[in-house]
Amino acid sequence: MMSHTGNIVELQQVEKKYQGVKALQSLDLNLHKGEVFGLFGHNGAGKTTIIKLILGLIEATSGQVSVFGKDPAQAGTRELRAKLGFLQENVSFYDQLTGMEVLEYFARLKGTSCKRSRKECFGLLEQVGLKDVCGRRVKTYSKGMRQRLGLAQALLGNPRLLLLDEPTVGLDPIATQDFYHTIDHLKHQGCTVVLCSHVLPGVEKYIDRALILGRGAVLASGSIEQLRAQANLPSVFQLKGRPGLSKELPKELCPLDPNNNASMRIAVPMEERMQTLRTLAGIVSIDNIDIHLPSLEDLYTHFIQGHYDQESALC
Amino acid sequence: MLNPLLIVAGKEFRDGLRNRWVISICITFSVLAIGLAYFGAAAAGKVGFTSLSTTIVSLASLAVFIIPLIALMLSYDGIVGEDESGTLLLLMTYPLSRAQLLLGKMLGQGAIMAFSTLVGFGSSAVMIGLFSASTSWGDLLVPYTVFILSAVLLGWIFIAIAYVISVSVSEKSKAAGIALIVWFIFVLVFDLGLLGLLVSTEGNVDSNLFPYMLLLNPTDIFRLVNITYFADQNLTGLMAIAQQTQFSLYGLLAALLVWLVLPASLAMYIFNRRGL
Repeated sequence: MMSHTGNIVELQQVEKKYQGVKALQSLDLNLHKGEVFGLFGHNGAGKTTIIKLILGLIEATSGQVSVFGKDPAQAGTRELRAKLGFLQENVSFYDQLTGMEVLEYFARLKGTSCKRSRKECFGLLEQVGLKDVCGRRVKTYSKGMRQRLGLAQALLGNPRLLLLDEPTVGLDPIATQDFYHTIDHLKHQGCTVVLCSHVLPGVEKYIDRALILGRGAVLASGSIEQLRAQANLPSVFQLKGRPGLSKELPKELCPLDPNNNASMRIAVPMEERMQTLRTLAGIVSIDNIDIHLPSLEDLYTHFIQGHYDQESALC
Repeated sequence: MLNPLLIVAGKEFRDGLRNRWVISICITFSVLAIGLAYFGAAAAGKVGFTSLSTTIVSLASLAVFIIPLIALMLSYDGIVGEDESGTLLLLMTYPLSRAQLLLGKMLGQGAIMAFSTLVGFGSSAVMIGLFSASTSWGDLLVPYTVFILSAVLLGWIFIAIAYVISVSVSEKSKAAGIALIVWFIFVLVFDLGLLGLLVSTEGNVDSNLFPYMLLLNPTDIFRLVNITYFADQNLTGLMAIAQQTQFSLYGLLAALLVWLVLPASLAMYIFNRRGL
């Protein structure tokens, strides 16, 4: 039975301790159908703990975990796992088997019949770009190829919930783009995706909401716009024009790198953006303006640093 | 849908074919068996097929060293290896229970062991049947069946013991080390210990109790099974003592089964408590 809220995943006041050490504290998390959710944090922040809780691999010390309306740690909910896709960090598959054989093994464990699994595996291997090497043994694969095999594995059986831990590690830029397109495609089919990462550039376009973790506690959560509003970081305007540009700027616009160059950057608070833009547009010696909104990386750094400053202030 | 247990077992067997476990065990066993059958009497200054009883008893006393070693090598990394490569975590997110995974792996590797034992040792039976003048096919059937059956059981027992090691440790290298120690204890130290006990007490051990102590070691049970058939042999060492107490063949095979079930259950118990 689905829970009345229709959430795919619900975590309520979840806490996890490993031998008395807190890995996660009072976490509330709801994941909706067809949502791409980003989980960010430094090593040991609790990302993998959350994933393992959702997968039912570990039990919460206190609080409620529910996936598809059921507690995933209960033995009776094993059948739910056919609807899950998972890829963890640093998995190395069976070296002696071919890519095709590895994928078929996992497909059949997911309950796909022998006939159908072959067709499905071919499709997935083609999708991740391993079609030409699917008959080669996995031990001959490069790191990126292994990662792609892992992705194909996670996509087996049309999962309704996909949990990916560092999915783009080892992928070249084109494969990374392909991967994000796949995620987009799945999302439109109603699949819920959790992306867990500390590699941030490029990911913000594809995620609906993000959660930033630090030492097992939530530092910030929400959509990118909400996070930007919360962080209240300035936008950066990159100006290009003739030499001596800085003299022509209004006094309240102070360049970040004060030298007399033809190119400079200025920080502008969010709410003054449009006004500043109008002012700058009137200055004839400016040829070009590039506007950089705070990226996810900036936000991440901001929240993590804020957290540590707070901590050191307490000490 | 095929049972996950059988899917895992099938994959293990295929793995065994792929990394040449099956073929190397087959060759080892058949070279050993044929060599012993043909050159078994070389010490007596002649070559050619010796009597069946000599062949089987010498085969058993060699197999008792090599079968446990092969079984332990085959299976020591069964669980800890998957854990190290990350596939254990992944498999646990599939609709597959721990019991299905563990038993599936044991079944697959047990099949490798059974197949190779049958082919390897069976080939020597075929050689003797074809080329030996003194032994007929009928004479071969029962001794070889008993020998191969007990050899398979011995292999399975050590696969189960290997899994106890594999589910208990967190590093592959540690599992390998422990497996070697376990092998050493079962095939060498135990017997030496019993002999030592016998000598130091000047034979003053309860003679009714003593043969039963051999049941504490599956390799000794295996040897007992195979000498039960050939009581006309001049036996030395511990086996000579046990000869006085006649265990029945079925009793001994049952003891081997107990030795199979115990470590397998223990492995299951520990595996269910293993963290991820």
